[in-house]
Amino acid sequence: MTASTICSHRISIITGHYGTGKTEFAVNLALALAGEGKRVMIADLDIVNPYFRSRERKALLEDAGVRLISSSQSCSNADLPALPAELLSVLENRGLTGILDIGGDPVGARVLARFQPKIVQEDSQLIYVLNANRPEVREAEHAIEYLRNIEAVTGLTCTGIINNTHLCGETTEADIRRGAALSAAVSEKTGIPVLCHVAVEPLADTLADLPEPVFPITIKMKKPWE
Amino acid sequence: MAKELWKGNEAIAEAAIRAGCDCFFGYPITPQSEVPEYMSTHLPKAGGVFVQAESELAAINMVYGAGGSGKRAMTSSSSPGISLKQEGITYLAGAEVPAVIVNCMRGGPGLGTIQPGQGDYYQATRGGGNGDYRTVVLSPSNIQEAVDFVQEAFDIADQYRNPVLVVMDGLIGQMMEPIEWREIPKRKLPSKDEWATTGRRDRAHTNIINSLFLDAEICNAHNVRLTAKLAEMEKNEVRWEEVQCDDAELVITAYGTPARIALTAIDILRSEGYKVGLFRPITLWPFPEKALRDLAASGHVKAFLDVEMSTTGQMIDDVRLSVLGKKPISYLGCAGGLIPTVEDMVEAARKALKEVQ
Repeated sequence: MTASTICSHRISIITGHYGTGKTEFAVNLALALAGEGKRVMIADLDIVNPYFRSRERKALLEDAGVRLISSSQSCSNADLPALPAELLSVLENRGLTGILDIGGDPVGARVLARFQPKIVQEDSQLIYVLNANRPEVREAEHAIEYLRNIEAVTGLTCTGIINNTHLCGETTEADIRRGAALSAAVSEKTGIPVLCHVAVEPLADTLADLPEPVFPITIKMKKPWE
Repeated sequence: MAKELWKGNEAIAEAAIRAGCDCFFGYPITPQSEVPEYMSTHLPKAGGVFVQAESELAAINMVYGAGGSGKRAMTSSSSPGISLKQEGITYLAGAEVPAVIVNCMRGGPGLGTIQPGQGDYYQATRGGGNGDYRTVVLSPSNIQEAVDFVQEAFDIADQYRNPVLVVMDGLIGQMMEPIEWREIPKRKLPSKDEWATTGRRDRAHTNIINSLFLDAEICNAHNVRLTAKLAEMEKNEVRWEEVQCDDAELVITAYGTPARIALTAIDILRSEGYKVGLFRPITLWPFPEKALRDLAASGHVKAFLDVEMSTTGQMIDDVRLSVLGKKPISYLGCAGGLIPTVEDMVEAARKALKEVQ
């Protein structure tokens, strides 16, 4: 599969519960889209997390031709929810493919509400990332509650689910299959389609029988000892 | 039980709830705010009480009140906030009130940075407030240890009637890791009836929580008794880990995140033929002085390399007090939220070994 098939819309907004792996997915997606020749801009709009943010991979992204926008340089290490003015260029420049990396939970997604009137005028998709190993979203019922709350605070409608079930370096095929079952259950109850399953490269080949495509990734958001 | 993926700060909060934490008094500060955030939604559901205090001072004094009435009380903060709590911590120690205090350390001094740091070692291990006291200081270097230690910390606090600190750099609080909820050995704990302020009822005496002893003889006797308790903690609670120290020529001393980085550096150094090991204090107080002294006395150890997220080095003083000049000690450190890299550590280790060849 190609990244462009997951990102069939011009703007992809990546949301989900804390720690589901949104940033890892967003960074991999941006790099894959750039590899397919797209002009990609990724916006780090995480106003919740002070660490492990996509802007920490600025050099990697820029080397691949991806433009990164985040809080202004002068307060890049501050815990202030300051939004970059450049964000408007993603929303307004229709020649760009945009990825918005959003902070976790409804509280992180609230940042989008301000841009809702602009977003709804654009060809965009709101992606809900799921990780069945995160205790607060491992039941379909709770996962749907988070999803609905994210929709409520943003004023946007979720259009796709991504199964990003992982256990950091200990992820197995069984984890991803459990996540596939959870995603299917959420999809069945909400009518929102499952777009793909995310798997680190060595595992991706073992999951070809899943009904939806598998998006292979390599880990970019490493810890300092990895 | 299957592993779950948890963020450090959330896992600490959940661990406290599982350990029977009755009351949590918090105040937000990066990078620990997920602890009170999680507590605010989950502790009341478990039958406990969460209060967002108006300040760190208020929070620690609420802990003093709740702990004094025999409840399992906890607070958490990050470096500048922990500084503010010091008065309360010395009162807790003086009045012998058990409590669990988590410090998710950021860079200093002053407001410093919201990025991770290890500059609070002196403050944690030397009491931090006024007077003669210490607290057991548990220092996890992964999230599994963090959840295990927080659960044990409540028992340690109750056993000695003394506050216990769980201290980690901000990275451990902010990162995600798989953990499992395993059974933590429960201690046989003394009853709180003789001192907790739960109302006099049928008791012959009134329980009073107090750290003021105006009479010199009485205050001295109180201090002597507290000091005897500290000796018990030193005897019973010291913990450390040694990795590949059996034949090591160079021993890296580190805790928290630098200890994780050291493991990767050691793999690289060993593959290059360098005999390097890790000595990781798990309790920063009591410091594993004897174990490190024994290691320093062994023939194969030629030198030590201490690594901390601090430019001055703080734990290095305890390393020096243990090694007692028997072997050279070199230092690698950085601050401001910078984290020593694997490459930095490999390079520093090669240099330290070269100097003793």
